[in-house]
Amino acid sequence: MITRREFLQASVAASAIYGLSGFGNWSKLAAQQALTQDQLLQFDDFGNVTLIHVTDIHAQLKPIFFREPEINLGVGDARGKVPHVTGADFLKMFNIQPGSPEAYALTCEDFTALAKGYGRMGGMDRVATVVKAIRAARPDSILLDGGDTWHGSMTSFLTKGQDMVNVMNALGVDAMTSHWEWTYGTDRVKEIVESQLKFPFLGANIFDAEWDEPAFEPYKIFEKGGLRIAVIGQAFPYMPIANPGWMFPEYSFGIREERMQEVVDEVRAEGVDLVVCLSHNGFDVDRKMISRVKGIDVILTGHTHDAVPEPVIVGDTILIASGSNGKFVSRVDLDVRDGRMMGFRHKLIPIFSDVITPDAEMAALIDAERAPFKDQLEEKIGTTESLLYRRGNFNGSWDDLICDAVRSERDAQIALSPGVRWGTTLLPGDAITREDIHNVTSMTYGQCYRTEMTGETLKTVMEDVADNLFNTDPYYQQGGDMVRVGGLAYSIDVSKPIGSRISNLALTDTGEAIDAAKSYTVAGWASVNQGTEGPQIWDVIESHIRKIGTVRLEPNTSVTVTGI
Amino acid sequence: MNLSRREALWVGLGGLAAVATPGAVLAATTEELTSAFTGGAAPGTDGITLTAPEIAENGNTVPVSVSAPGAVAIMLLATGNPEPAVATFTFGPAAGSQMAATRIRLAKTQDVVALAKMADGSVKQAQATVKVTIGGCGG
Repeated sequence: MITRREFLQASVAASAIYGLSGFGNWSKLAAQQALTQDQLLQFDDFGNVTLIHVTDIHAQLKPIFFREPEINLGVGDARGKVPHVTGADFLKMFNIQPGSPEAYALTCEDFTALAKGYGRMGGMDRVATVVKAIRAARPDSILLDGGDTWHGSMTSFLTKGQDMVNVMNALGVDAMTSHWEWTYGTDRVKEIVESQLKFPFLGANIFDAEWDEPAFEPYKIFEKGGLRIAVIGQAFPYMPIANPGWMFPEYSFGIREERMQEVVDEVRAEGVDLVVCLSHNGFDVDRKMISRVKGIDVILTGHTHDAVPEPVIVGDTILIASGSNGKFVSRVDLDVRDGRMMGFRHKLIPIFSDVITPDAEMAALIDAERAPFKDQLEEKIGTTESLLYRRGNFNGSWDDLICDAVRSERDAQIALSPGVRWGTTLLPGDAITREDIHNVTSMTYGQCYRTEMTGETLKTVMEDVADNLFNTDPYYQQGGDMVRVGGLAYSIDVSKPIGSRISNLALTDTGEAIDAAKSYTVAGWASVNQGTEGPQIWDVIESHIRKIGTVRLEPNTSVTVTGI
Repeated sequence: MNLSRREALWVGLGGLAAVATPGAVLAATTEELTSAFTGGAAPGTDGITLTAPEIAENGNTVPVSVSAPGAVAIMLLATGNPEPAVATFTFGPAAGSQMAATRIRLAKTQDVVALAKMADGSVKQAQATVKVTIGGCGG
């Protein structure tokens, strides 16, 4: 096997010729205040096979704004490491100029101003242009989709993922894995996988729940450029816990580290030249998994939405994180010889929508998919004077608006909103359309419930979610952010164990401390329980925004974070 | 508690007996059960593999399997349950392999412990933390 030393040499060799990484080229561009498609795609071919990775597109067919997190804390061994480095620290770590295109694409620094300058990112028609260009240069390419593809927009919700299936088929994906796909339910997933998808739906860790036996194709072996390349799929491990298990009761998931090792050993025994893992584990889980499972050359990670400009090397494995929402496409050229990877060259290609020409065929397909819903999508509901974003460990401004809507429309003291990592961004001055509201709420279990909880239950819920995020063992992390709260203030010490992280719970309206024995009215959405009742969350928000007309949010000071 | 095929699948033919621990009048503690099983021997940690999910998908039925080549008996304990004893599997000389798999109910987040007694009287131990969560919010 390749040693760490050899690996670093390979990496350095590439760097000596091309700068620190694909990103090294950008500083020049920033200085010129100009970007061109050719420069974004510039890549000197390397080795004999290319992997193209997209992940966590969340059904964003059109270009969007997506503000990267300001707070993304790492705990345990991950403390202070990528991807838990944000803002100015991130710029310093990767030697990126503030105000440059890469600073805009990769961090939250000065986001509003830079977004106005550099414009929206993503768009599947632009992604198609990039994919076609890479394939033209490298016919021996494999295009892999890490999942969270069929969910996240109004059109994907209304078509039960059909728009995304059609687009990904047209893009020519070679294999995918899954997470939110399952929230359309077993029947719909099977219908798509069995009769519509033109490529395999891989998941070595998807098991039959009753017999505990593998239930989906675990891997696919591709023959490219005279090489045999195994791509192993790893679906999101905590499906029935983080999402409603009743929608897919036939299946069990889990990290199943020993199963991953078994499958790697199986394809190695078949004599493949390269082993690639297409994973939806999340960054920290994958970093741990590849330190324990031997024989994976490249792991393409997903789920936690991290965009990292350089591969992370763990032992003999390189870990690639390609961001979310169509903002980036990763190109990874590999030199594979004698049954092993000898070196790599990598570039995280940012999809600046105003720079990359849309692929005409894909643009037409996207328009056709959207046409039946155009009027509904584009209807203006209100305007925002505040920057609206979600991503970050604690409340984003979109969450504050959603919690305001939930409390006001459902007449509750406290609002809870899920800490999902998807949800696009709106700039100050933007209109809020119905589609924008769906982009931060779309799901098949969006009922906005209203209930009563004791102070004790509230604390238990908060502690439980905090442990999903801040457990020092990545295998116990589910990859979401902290539950968002409205009407409730709290302190959190992220360095403590479960049960002692959360304190100082209080109602923001009165400042009154939460009493463990007292009951409070609580409203929220995205309950994983079957039979949850209430209006759809997007209707609740729409009604609230119509009443207020213009959104103006004060900075949220209700969460105090310590132990960083 | 009866173990049907659905609840317990075991590998190995002949000479294998599984004894589900009956509800005791007084629940024995993990320490009492451990010392009774080991006879005071300090357990080693190699040669035993316990496989359990990190986070239970359903705390009412958590798949757990344990393998200890050469064992004559394997005891499974759920240390955080009101009754920690889960089952003791014994293997006769004709057993093809010494491995057992079952599903257990876990009342809360806790360590599941497997102890294996070898033919020479030595003992091996493995444990795994299984989190029983109320559900989170996936990204």
